[in-house]
Amino acid sequence: MTHPMTTAQSNQPLHFIQNITVKQNGKAVVEAQISQAISRNPVFTFRIKGGAKGDKIEVSWLDNKGETSSIEAAVA
Amino acid sequence: MIRLVLAFLSLVPLAAGAQDAKKEIEKYQQMLGDGSPAELWELEGEALWKKPLGPKSVSLEKCDLGLGAGKVAGAYARLPRYFKDTDKVQDLESRLLTCMTDLQGRSLKDATARLFGNADRPSEMEYLVSYIVGQSRGHKMAAPVSHPKERASYELGRKVFFYRAGSWDFSCASCHGEADKRIRMQDLPVLSEPAGAQKAYTTWPAYRVSNSQLKTMQWRINDCYRQMRFPEPEFASETTIALTHYLAVTAKGAPYRGPGTKR
Repeated sequence: MTHPMTTAQSNQPLHFIQNITVKQNGKAVVEAQISQAISRNPVFTFRIKGGAKGDKIEVSWLDNKGETSSIEAAVA
Repeated sequence: MIRLVLAFLSLVPLAAGAQDAKKEIEKYQQMLGDGSPAELWELEGEALWKKPLGPKSVSLEKCDLGLGAGKVAGAYARLPRYFKDTDKVQDLESRLLTCMTDLQGRSLKDATARLFGNADRPSEMEYLVSYIVGQSRGHKMAAPVSHPKERASYELGRKVFFYRAGSWDFSCASCHGEADKRIRMQDLPVLSEPAGAQKAYTTWPAYRVSNSQLKTMQWRINDCYRQMRFPEPEFASETTIALTHYLAVTAKGAPYRGPGTKR
């Protein structure tokens, strides 16, 4: 994810992702709460049980400013 | 990067044993390599490669990186090389500048306006380089030295590698010419020998976690010269291309693994 993840140590306003949700065919399978301790442009790896070809995976995040982004892909 | 944070914590009690610390750093690097923000740069780079730009409003898709117009797969593994149209040995960055000026009709001033970006705003060059090098993953390094100008470039690069100068009387070999040297906790590869060159050169360009940014090979060399207190070398100059050529040829035969991820 491309995100500045600005911390309290910088002179800029706090700006970091707080929630990450992963949905499989519309059903939430990962719900993560993260903090400023996570690096800029964070990379997450996860495994889900019972994934099948063609399953729709939706990843979204929400940051402390209420900004959000999401992306969808099918399991190849 | 939750796992990344854990790796840092586990380093603390190991500070006493250098061997253990070395192993932990290798583990950390392995974890970093698992999934890298470099992928984001590759995606942006691909979009930029295909985007019409400049006065001629054409994309770089017809750019000849040595294997023919538009052939990207495996091209980086065979650079630097001699190009007939420019009558020069060129590395990836200098070749991209040629394509920006010739194909897209941009001025050199425009093409070189912002060669090094920052975390908030990466540069076009950094994006493009990420995409191109990613298309050589798994290809064996095979920079040619058959043309007389390639031979001359390689020889110049070797000379430059061992050339001592600057206020500290340093050369590349001062840090990278002897085994078992390090800066802080970073082991320094011996770049004049195949094993060291293969290990290092195949993982550059790279995403640097400490800079939150992807760094090109031209940047790497530029910054080495800053660390050695030399005058700043010109981007994509004959000297920096020759040095890259020397490293690429020394790394011959190893599969490319980049863009890498560094501390």
